[in-house]
Amino acid sequence: MEPNVTKKHPMEEQKAAERVKNFSEVPYGYNIDTAIAEAERCLECKKAPCRQGCPVEVDIPAFIGLIKEKKFGEGVFALKSKNNLPAICGRVCPQESQCESFCVRAKKGDSVAIGRLERFLADWELEHGVDVPALPVPTGKKVAVVGAGPAGLTCAGDLARMGHDVTIFEAFHMPGGVLVYGIPEFRLPKEIVRKEVDYIQRLGVKLRTNIVIGKTITIDELFSEEGFHAVFIGTGAGLPTFLGIPGENLLGVYSANEFLTRTNLMKAYLFPEYDTPIKVGKNVAVVGAGNVAMDSARTALRLGAENVYIVYRRSDKEMPARLEEIHHAEEEGVQFNLLTNPIKISGDENGWVKGIECVKMRLCEPDESGRCRPEPIEKSNFVFAVDTVVVAVGQTPNPLVPQTTAGLKTGRRGTIEADESGKTSRAGVWAGGDIVTGAATVINAMGAGKTAAKAMDEYLRSLPTA
Amino acid sequence: MYKLVTKRVLSDVSTLFEVEAPLVARKAKPGQFIILRIDEKGERIPLTIADSDPERGTVTIIFQEVGLTTKCLAKKEAGEYIADFVGPLGKPMEFPEHPGRIIAVGGGVGIAPIYPKVKGFYQAGMDVFSIIGARTKDFLILEDEMRLVSKELHVCTDDGSYGRHGFVSDVLQNFLADGEQIAEIIAVGPLPMMRAIVNQTRPYGVKTVVSLNPIMVDGTGMCGACRVTVAGKTKFTCVDGPVFDGHQVDFDELVARSRMYQTEEKQALGHCRCGCGGEK
Ligand SMILES: Cc1cc2nc3c(=O)[nH]c(=O)nc-3n(C[C@H](O)[C@H](O)[C@H](O)COP(=O)(O)OP(=O)(O)OC[C@H]3O[C@@H](n4cnc5c(N)ncnc54)[C@H](O)[C@@H]3O)c2cc1C
Ligand SMILES: Cc1cc2nc3c(=O)[nH]c(=O)nc-3n(C[C@H](O)[C@H](O)[C@H](O)COP(=O)(O)OP(=O)(O)OC[C@H]3O[C@@H](n4cnc5c(N)ncnc54)[C@H](O)[C@@H]3O)c2cc1C
Ligand code: SF4
Ligand code: FES
Repeated sequence: MEPNVTKKHPMEEQKAAERVKNFSEVPYGYNIDTAIAEAERCLECKKAPCRQGCPVEVDIPAFIGLIKEKKFGEGVFALKSKNNLPAICGRVCPQESQCESFCVRAKKGDSVAIGRLERFLADWELEHGVDVPALPVPTGKKVAVVGAGPAGLTCAGDLARMGHDVTIFEAFHMPGGVLVYGIPEFRLPKEIVRKEVDYIQRLGVKLRTNIVIGKTITIDELFSEEGFHAVFIGTGAGLPTFLGIPGENLLGVYSANEFLTRTNLMKAYLFPEYDTPIKVGKNVAVVGAGNVAMDSARTALRLGAENVYIVYRRSDKEMPARLEEIHHAEEEGVQFNLLTNPIKISGDENGWVKGIECVKMRLCEPDESGRCRPEPIEKSNFVFAVDTVVVAVGQTPNPLVPQTTAGLKTGRRGTIEADESGKTSRAGVWAGGDIVTGAATVINAMGAGKTAAKAMDEYLRSLPTA
Repeated sequence: MYKLVTKRVLSDVSTLFEVEAPLVARKAKPGQFIILRIDEKGERIPLTIADSDPERGTVTIIFQEVGLTTKCLAKKEAGEYIADFVGPLGKPMEFPEHPGRIIAVGGGVGIAPIYPKVKGFYQAGMDVFSIIGARTKDFLILEDEMRLVSKELHVCTDDGSYGRHGFVSDVLQNFLADGEQIAEIIAVGPLPMMRAIVNQTRPYGVKTVVSLNPIMVDGTGMCGACRVTVAGKTKFTCVDGPVFDGHQVDFDELVARSRMYQTEEKQALGHCRCGCGGEK
């Protein structure tokens, strides 16, 4: 049978009606036959335009070619020579706006399903046992990595593969950053993150949890007392933003960070088997329309909410979430209220949320920046009766490290300033990921970790040997 | 894993542990706290650093059994381990700018967290007049330790079972009335007590600081669970506090927020893993 050239092979997934009742992963991933059939769609173009869409320069046609030949082990090797965390990227990368958007096939129909193939190979490896590459002779140089999110993990893994002695310092009790505290189980199983972190540790990277850099140890002390030769800061953008409207401290109002951290990191969805509780009412409003908002909305449904409303002040075209996530949320019954701006949260006599007052918005002409500014429509106020509100309107960088590190330059929004290689204003200190760019993506954070690792390797090799 | 080095049962409901945590011990300052988790399924709970010994690498915590985590923790013995222990978190205490007496008021659960602050003043060479009180004698702890670091110590119980019969606020009233200059009053205890104290001192215009204990998750400013309104602005207790100007704190909101998980807290007691079954 002639393969269907214009369409991606669909990936089986849990039916919406079923999956809203559990936290298991939604898509099942390709089986071997489907993966090979999908790989056959790849034209193995000489120029491989897809590669320019990958922030970590994965050799896409190479690994897809190896799938065609059923050489999965070699495929994994090709993939992992650039990407230390492929099982994660295959699941959460916005491929549609990266590698897949450059695919020649995308000109007429669907691109090759690069992300799904990446996930297939990575899962194949996790199932068949992960090999650790041979490591070079130790250089004797010590590197501290602050934060065990994708930026830190990638930087640490790469530096270890270059022969350096790497220690990651993480504030939480568990490594992974947003991958473990933010992105829900049904989108990224924590077991996958654990296995990928395990791989990084098997490369020789040491991991020290429960250490808040800036409080427990300062950056200066990493150099002066702990004897590190260089430091990478990958502390992310974990500070919640609130709306600044009346009623935000009522009971039942959560920042998305708290809502997701309780559920994912602390496993409140398994309460009372796990000790940390979470409170979700019948009717839930989620403010915002990014990935964080979609994750919160879909989590609320799984925690038993009957009605979940997305409240967003712009229109569908501006929604920042990945299409796939919006689609999944719609399938599961999340109700979208666009061009709707919350102005006040009201409470009952015990201080619990009982409603969120909104005003309808309209979009006027695009301004110089090309963005349409929404403006309120007079007298269009109305109230959603809700008992839980989740505010998901963005995160900002945590100021702890900059505040306690003299000479570390920061930008207007609290981000750490760094050049293209991640080098900061402090000698021997690099930074990358959300702490430099503000909230972005997993793969961009990984790309930054990788670039910094290269520059740090050069720097470390230029230091006199002790 | 963090080792519980020594254990002291202070009363029927209060326990002290010295925990092996050399990095925290080295940095800890009076007023700061830690967050701990007993095991993989546990909740993260904040406790004040009652004392620290950089040489021995230990941090002292003192807590009252009020719910699942504190009850199960109290069942642990010296030599056992807990999963997580992170800190020091929050801002260290500040010293008053004005001359005059310092008056420390600790009620019930607040006696443990006020002790390191009084000790901090004492070590800085300042005189502290301390008042501690509890419902009954059984809830009174640290009397000897407090006496050592205070210029004067007043002890009272609500039911008269020990010390003076009455509330800490009664003793405080004497200080407010005696005309001596007061630099600062520091009050730590259950929310109703702290609210009563700040309302009592407000007419006198005496600076009154309180150390708040809202529900927390991360303790580093990343979740907002610990938010509190101070002078009309939202603050995160874990990074902006835990000590705030009591006259500016919105206690009504704080009291309401502390009840957010009342139902779940009760339910959790039936599911403890340490075998205490939520019983005493
Ligand atoms: C709910 C949610 C869903 C998302 N979905 C997607 C998606 O589908 N696809 C996608 O590409 N991106 C997604 N993102 C964005 C993506 O997760 C982030 O851009 C990425 O994780 C940033 O990586 P990072 O390593 O810079 O920081 P983080 O992942 O934030 O990790 C930083 C780590 O540093 C630790 N840390 C912070 N301060 C300190 C300190 N002082 N000392 C020690 N450790 C410290 C933190 O605890 C954390 O573990 C999502 C984000 C969220 C919140
Ligand atoms: C910065 C900070 C420092 C703290 N220092 C100390 C300390 O040194 N010693 C100490 O004993 N406690 C201290 N606490 C309070 C302590 O964190 C809680 O008692 C603990 O989290 C209760 O957990 P649990 O699982 O045992 O009870 P839960 O089941 O979570 O709560 C049981 C019941 O106790 C109530 N409760 C919770 N906290 C308190 C409280 N502080 N006072 C009175 N009732 C409360 C709850 O509202 C609930 O009704 C501090 C809190 C903060 C935020
Ligand atoms: S890592 Fe992301 S961008 Fe790169 S090939 Fe894989 S899916 Fe595409
Ligand atoms: S405890 Fe999370 S912000 Fe304070």
